[in-house]
Amino acid sequence: MAETANQGAGKEASAFLFEREESLTADTFIRGLWKENPVFVMLLGMCPTLAVTNSTLNALGMGLSTTFVLIFSGALVSSLRNWIPKQVRIASYIVIIATFVTLVDYLIQAISLELYAALGAFIQLIVVNCIILGRAEAYASKQRLLPTIVNSLGTGVGFTLALLSLGTVRELLGSGSILGVQLFSDNFQGWVIMMLPPGGFFVLGTWLLFFNWLRLRKQHPAPSGATVHAR
Amino acid sequence: MVKDIEIRSSPHLKRKMTVDRIMRSVVLALMPISAFAVWQFGLSALLLLVTTTGVAVLTEWFFARQSGQGNTIGDWSAVITGLLLGLTLPPGFPLWMAAVAAFVAIALGKALFGGLGYNVMNPALVGRAFVQAAFPVAITTWTPAFAPGRFVELIPSTLTLPFMQPVPVADWVAGLNLDGWTGATPLAMQKFQHLEAPLTDAFTGLIAGSAGETSALLILLCGLWLAWRRMLDWRIPVSVLAGAALTALPFWLLDPHLYPSPGFVLCSGGLMLAAWFMASDMVASPVTAKGAILYGLFIGVLTVVIRLFGGLPEGVMYAILLGNAVGPLISSWTQPRVYGSK
Repeated sequence: MAETANQGAGKEASAFLFEREESLTADTFIRGLWKENPVFVMLLGMCPTLAVTNSTLNALGMGLSTTFVLIFSGALVSSLRNWIPKQVRIASYIVIIATFVTLVDYLIQAISLELYAALGAFIQLIVVNCIILGRAEAYASKQRLLPTIVNSLGTGVGFTLALLSLGTVRELLGSGSILGVQLFSDNFQGWVIMMLPPGGFFVLGTWLLFFNWLRLRKQHPAPSGATVHAR
Repeated sequence: MVKDIEIRSSPHLKRKMTVDRIMRSVVLALMPISAFAVWQFGLSALLLLVTTTGVAVLTEWFFARQSGQGNTIGDWSAVITGLLLGLTLPPGFPLWMAAVAAFVAIALGKALFGGLGYNVMNPALVGRAFVQAAFPVAITTWTPAFAPGRFVELIPSTLTLPFMQPVPVADWVAGLNLDGWTGATPLAMQKFQHLEAPLTDAFTGLIAGSAGETSALLILLCGLWLAWRRMLDWRIPVSVLAGAALTALPFWLLDPHLYPSPGFVLCSGGLMLAAWFMASDMVASPVTAKGAILYGLFIGVLTVVIRLFGGLPEGVMYAILLGNAVGPLISSWTQPRVYGSK
């Protein structure tokens, strides 16, 4: 968190704990997309990230479901924050989150049984997704309703974008299509490994490498020439 | 300036052996094997080896430059990785897949860990394992050795367009009118049909298989030359082969029809090439003498276990990768006692 600490005092001093209530700014939303991206920066929610990103559609479905749960559970936690006793707060958050997960579970069954089958147990597992619990504990339980909703939306969109960036690469290499639309001829050779769990690790690792490289380059602009490697 | 005075910490007396000298010798030792592969499988094998080596060297150059290490092509290690990788692939393997394998080998197997001397696993095998998982069909499509006209025409699947499925070779093979070609390597025939190829053929290399793994005799000679020049640790290949033979022996004695003979185990598949040139990778194998033997036995035993009870006919690749993974642990177990201490 050195990066945020450098940027000085005030509300941004700590990325996760807000001592005071935050007023609604554009940053409340944008933070979740980039600086506090749940997947690429905080490395939370790895389980669905690796498991259900073998196609763009699955990634989109998972991302939107999680965003829905994030927004509504965040809103409820934020509204009830003065009534929930501190000692039982985690249990209360879980009950609230589970309620909305059940809603999503039935909703997806109603919309598309195919998607439901593809996502499998991972819909129910949104209950224990640490992004949602993390947002409830670190943000929603301390902030007013509107900033919470906006922040949850930002985090959710950030999560969805991360899943999509994995899902599109894996689907493109794995079966030569995006959202089920075949982009190449029928002779396309799918990379079977991209459909398998190792493919998730490889693509996630590559994206992390890319984003860390971008961040490092921003901090230390272009090392000039060839610096001798310590041997 | 006086150049003879060396101002640095010990050691001050060094042998003339340097990294690039050893690597050059290994490349030299791989030359007869590559030549045999080209003689046996023709132009396709040549293109395959050139592609893997070229892409490996280019990738090495790119990443070494990016990480500020300067030019590291001169140490020849990327050439070895590329050559070894090419030798483990089927001769008709599409060139674009071979290029992917070579890129993964250097980029994921070596550059990400920090380059030569830091890689946890043998880079060539990392590349091969990746394409084995990515293109399982292409990597198990074998073509016959000594096809007539192999020096003037390519195996059709070699020049497949990038990202496209390999051109089917079945028609081409049928057009060759070869007697007794079943489309399987001796190893696969033994596993799935329990037919053992004549041992002399497997030993001299007159069989189908990956480009450079067929001739056990030639690999043995080249490996022995390197070991005699002390450029590889003889304990590793010897214990790999011993481990494999000793594990295969009791099964063969129990049921000679179902299980392969120890001689066949040693001469078939990629075991010989892997034992001499891949398991002995200086970076990824244990450093102690006792550790080297343990590591070799582990690989040998595991290879035969995978061959006999696994789903694939060949298991030496996974055995070595696992061996590389436990290598540091074996090294720390087998640290010699410091003289004078308890």
